[in-house]
Amino acid sequence: MPNDPNAATPYRLSALTENGAPIRLTMIGVAILAVVACFAFVAGWLSPSRLTQARMIDAFEEVNGVWPGFRRNHAKGVCIAGYFDSNGDGVRLSKAVIFQPGKVPVIGRFSLAGGQPDVSDGPAAVRAMGLSFRPPDGEEWRMAMIDIPVFVVKDPESFYQQLLASRPDPATGKPDPAKMRGFVTKHPETARALEIVKASPFSSGFANASYNALNAFRFVNAAGASTPVRWSMAAVDPFEPEPPAQSAAQDKNSLFDAVIARIGRAPVLWRLVVTSGEAGDPTDDATIPWPSNRQHIDVGTLTIHHIESEAPGNCRDVNFDPLVLPSWIEPSDDPLLSARSAAYSTSFTRRAGEEKEPSAVQIPGSGKGA
Amino acid sequence: MAQHLQFPIISRMLHWTMAVMVLAMLFIGIGMVASLSDYHWLVSIHKPLGVLILILVAIRLMNRLLNPAPPLPQGMPAWQRFAAYASHVVLYVLMFALPLVGWGMLSAARYPIVLYGSLQLPPILPHDAALYAVLRTTHTVLAFLLFATFIAHFAAALMHALIYRDGVFPSMASWKT
Repeated sequence: MPNDPNAATPYRLSALTENGAPIRLTMIGVAILAVVACFAFVAGWLSPSRLTQARMIDAFEEVNGVWPGFRRNHAKGVCIAGYFDSNGDGVRLSKAVIFQPGKVPVIGRFSLAGGQPDVSDGPAAVRAMGLSFRPPDGEEWRMAMIDIPVFVVKDPESFYQQLLASRPDPATGKPDPAKMRGFVTKHPETARALEIVKASPFSSGFANASYNALNAFRFVNAAGASTPVRWSMAAVDPFEPEPPAQSAAQDKNSLFDAVIARIGRAPVLWRLVVTSGEAGDPTDDATIPWPSNRQHIDVGTLTIHHIESEAPGNCRDVNFDPLVLPSWIEPSDDPLLSARSAAYSTSFTRRAGEEKEPSAVQIPGSGKGA
Repeated sequence: MAQHLQFPIISRMLHWTMAVMVLAMLFIGIGMVASLSDYHWLVSIHKPLGVLILILVAIRLMNRLLNPAPPLPQGMPAWQRFAAYASHVVLYVLMFALPLVGWGMLSAARYPIVLYGSLQLPPILPHDAALYAVLRTTHTVLAFLLFATFIAHFAAALMHALIYRDGVFPSMASWKT
């Protein structure tokens, strides 16, 4: 205890102006500003042109409009359920429990690419299958696949530029074809991928379409060997080409109605075919197909026997994030994978908090189960 | 010169370990939600680090009750004592709340809560998109509150170190035993 109770305490206001205190106060201010500035930089607040997941989803909203409660892409869809029956042949590539022989429950979603939930099932609409494999007491595996053979952009930045190029022109309400041509000219990988897509005809429906994971992944087996892979859900229903445009345009929900009827008659099957990549096969560019002589391994059969409209708690409220992977299945170095995971997450977060409208795809008597 | 009453060594170790972890967590969190290509690896750190922080803060709270903080200097004004006490309470509450809200929000979204490899946490809330939306916003608001409280704590520490020089700073920041 100091003897003099009136001795100057360090807490008095005048201490802030004495003995070099102002310079030390300035140092404190600088230190705090530096930490806050670092935080703001990492948050992206100081770089308005940085491509963030929010800006990616904003671009979807600019192209499609905002449809509260719906996915910002693949907005129109329907829920499906069934099981995957593994034949055990995947074990030599991956130790994931899903590849042990046996059945695993699956839920999923059929959808059309695009952010408008009331879009007509037009010709050449890209179709998608989202799946969630749910082994009891096991690790979940989700995937989101589409029915074109390669993806049309190779990285998030190109995806964003392509999205901006497809924005509707305020004057006409339609995308400006010159902008899209300009994008393709600047992206030869997109031009090459579009040629491949054009050369592979669309099937007539959801049930006889094959769906491709497009991005590469890595399977790791019990010995620790890591193999680059791509996979597809190959339709068992025989392929029929899509009918000409005029007949397909008659019914707004023609594709969905057809698959609802098809599943109503009998379960629909797909084979999960894993393509095993070899050294030099690109894993970081989904626009480039792998050589056709790569080994294709049929690892099991997907059976879809149930279909229902989107409703609370079913596939509507699931984010088919392609990076929800069990152990022994790993992401590749494809930059689209993390970007998809990020953008899906933002889309999911935005729609989760919004009032929900019923889906355009309704099935009489559905709404529970799955 | 004020007497150098120190926090016990275990308290100091917990404080500095968690200081690094919490600050890293705040930067990873704000960075990952703005990233595309870096999102996945940042999330893969964010989840296990959050669980580690939750475990450590539980240990730290018990330690705080067993080993109370040394008394503040006698001449310290009442408002500063209150600010010190209240900010510590807020820091503890947020260090518990943020990981728990994060765990709950992933549960409500029905995301698997992967820590490492096949090590996963069970969900603590039912699958509910609207609940997820509320918790997701809460997680962000609490994180900003934690960052603001950290800034106040950091500023106060520097004031004690450079202006007041009252022994409060070395009670936590000195390695002398």
